[in-house]
Amino acid sequence: MGNDILLSVKGLTKRYSGITVLDQVDMDVYKGEIHALIGENGAGKSTLCKSIAGAIEPSSGTITICGKSYEKLSPAEAKASGIAMVYQEFNLVPEMTVYENLFIGKEIRKGPFVDTKSMKEQSQKIFKEMNISIDCESKIKDISVAYCQLVEIAKALLEDSKVLILDEPTAPLTNNEIDILFKVLGRLREKGISMIYISHRLEEIFRLCDRITVLRDGAFIKCMDTDQTNKEELIHLMIGRELSKEFPERGDDVDYSKAEVVLKVTGLTNHKIRNVSFELKKGEILGIAGLVGAGRTETVRTLFGADSLESGEISVKGKRIRIKNPATAIKHGIGLIPEDRKREGLMLSQSISSNISLVVIRDLCKGLFIDDKKEKNLLKDQVELLQIKAGSLEYPASSLSGGNQQKIVLAKWLSTSSDILIFDEPTRGIDVGAKREIYDFLFQLREAGKSLIVISSEMSEILNLSDRILVMYEGEISGELSYQEATQDGILTLASGLK
Amino acid sequence: MGQKINAGKFLKFYDKFGIIFILIVEFLIFALASKNFMTSDNLFLVARQVSFTGIAAVGMTMVLLVGEIDISVGSILAFTGCLTATLITKQDVPMGIAILIAMLVSCVFGLTSGVLTAYLQIPSLICTLAMQTIIKGFTYLLTGGSSISGLPDNFKYTGQGFVLGFLPFPVIIMIVMFVLGFILLNKTYIGRRVYAVGGNKEAARLSGIKIKKVVMGTFVASGVTAGIAGVLMAARLGAGQPSIGSDFAMDVLTATVLGGVILQGGKGFVLNVLIGSFIIGILSNGLVMCGVLEYWQWIIKGLVLLFAVAMSNLKTGKQK
Repeated sequence: MGNDILLSVKGLTKRYSGITVLDQVDMDVYKGEIHALIGENGAGKSTLCKSIAGAIEPSSGTITICGKSYEKLSPAEAKASGIAMVYQEFNLVPEMTVYENLFIGKEIRKGPFVDTKSMKEQSQKIFKEMNISIDCESKIKDISVAYCQLVEIAKALLEDSKVLILDEPTAPLTNNEIDILFKVLGRLREKGISMIYISHRLEEIFRLCDRITVLRDGAFIKCMDTDQTNKEELIHLMIGRELSKEFPERGDDVDYSKAEVVLKVTGLTNHKIRNVSFELKKGEILGIAGLVGAGRTETVRTLFGADSLESGEISVKGKRIRIKNPATAIKHGIGLIPEDRKREGLMLSQSISSNISLVVIRDLCKGLFIDDKKEKNLLKDQVELLQIKAGSLEYPASSLSGGNQQKIVLAKWLSTSSDILIFDEPTRGIDVGAKREIYDFLFQLREAGKSLIVISSEMSEILNLSDRILVMYEGEISGELSYQEATQDGILTLASGLK
Repeated sequence: MGQKINAGKFLKFYDKFGIIFILIVEFLIFALASKNFMTSDNLFLVARQVSFTGIAAVGMTMVLLVGEIDISVGSILAFTGCLTATLITKQDVPMGIAILIAMLVSCVFGLTSGVLTAYLQIPSLICTLAMQTIIKGFTYLLTGGSSISGLPDNFKYTGQGFVLGFLPFPVIIMIVMFVLGFILLNKTYIGRRVYAVGGNKEAARLSGIKIKKVVMGTFVASGVTAGIAGVLMAARLGAGQPSIGSDFAMDVLTATVLGGVILQGGKGFVLNVLIGSFIIGILSNGLVMCGVLEYWQWIIKGLVLLFAVAMSNLKTGKQK
């Protein structure tokens, strides 16, 4: 690897109405390196990348690409200079085929007609270069998330990109899929393509990246070679203080055998899940593990009344109930913190306060009218309890970082008196510091006698948080483990249906 | 690039002061162009003309806030006016009861659109377009196509009378409706739910809100406010006119969007819609005062609606 600097950022600063979100940041990207960009949410990673990709205009500083300096870039200039951003949300058309997606907007034509044959050939060539096999004629909706991501990357390569910006590419992927992705990225590196890699998963960074740049509160902290640092140092640099431990202490073992059964489901079945039965005890954390698509989310959504139930019984505290919709579930003391906070958890354009008080708004009313004082008190309590950091509660929820947004969703449900709380991927896409805070909450809630169901794709979360673990495979429960007997291998075996 | 910044600044300015600015400029233009415009008599007439649009715009605001649209308000306006007139003049129904029946019927129209939209998932644009035609059919069946006059003076007072000798009665009703709309949307849990459904339907549903009921409710509100406007309009004209209301939905919609309620739902403030209504009302009146041909008025109004929607979309696009 030669030390040709392909992309160089100097003194990049971005201010939004007086607030500095990016402060004099420097960063060099060499030809053919994978350069990790890490930092907590709100550290300025996205702002930096968006500036490089021309999506936002920096207040000052320069961006130099292949020797040509810019004070600001338009998205078209960035593209033409070889910068490509692979977004977390895929910009693919599900109903169209792989090759059609690759050539959207730049179809190869023969006169007025599209030249399907050469488009297919070129697609295959690109995939061959990436060393992966994808059927170019399958529709996007029929291929897995991992392959969608590879198609996105192929799209960038097709445009002759020299620097790829990858924002949390592994978030939706399973372990196997991550392996495939990493192989492709490694191969691209050999071909001299540079990558900026944003991720919260430090293990991956050590596996994949050559150098690491750390940002904190919008400022450049340090740039180093991957082999000259370790996880502890990175965490320390990112949060600027010692982080005690990734997970809170579990505390003494509790015997749940005599604890009250607060929730019992028997034979839950619909088009996605089959015959799911389990019990949830008072004051316990029940983890649900499994691969993406194993039916974990569908199970809790069904039990919460968000998906329809074909057959099966649900009882809460010994009383059989019929849950028609989320409203009835809430009435029976069940709360669901959904997996996708932007799509299912928040009204992003609306104020933080109306988001938090939405579920309990009826209880904050005298007759029809909202009691402002009661609402203010509730908001104050929740903001203190969860240490939500916001300029004003009247700002829209979209103004917050991922971690704080997740806290808004938590606050919404902690405001209720729900005894059964379901967390679907509670720490997805949030940073280390905020993760630990959320783990502490889960334990506090358990301490307070609430019963929790936690779904997580991160093995360490399942192992460190749960008292008991259910494993799902293809819509069914494939096994149950106590935390003492659970191991990563044991869970994986059950999750892949090998037992 | 420089132009881009200016565009952003312009949108920000428009978002904050745009409609007040438009109102003032419009006012000044007409004041200069026509000497009859600035007379106090005319201004109160404008206010009265605005009230019909304004009253229905309160309901339209709610429908737009949940991300739907109601273009049947013009037909409801015509039908309720004709129904009240028929009941009073031909069936000798007491005035109060006739109005009450008209309100109930407008409520049923709104409910129908609401059920079709929320439960049968018919896009509201199509659904209320169909309702508009259906209700028009009922209006002509009821009246045979001719206007129904002979309304008693005490009924006419609700449309033509002045409180304290200068304030048109419909204006009072409009102010009451805006106050009620403001309270409902900003001070009650119902309002919060309306905003929540418009802001994010799935999040609202998972928060225990029965979104179909909320959507349905907004159509009922729109039906009833159009109905109130219809009764007042019949009183103002002194007759039930089956042919009125063809431009009404257009005016109401323009007023609402000018008032900053976005078509995608979840955002907008009902009191700004009052300003939007005045912009539309003054525009109609001012153009008449300046002797602009009606055909040109249509063209201008169409352009204003396009402008309002374009600005609203640009604004929301920017905030993403």
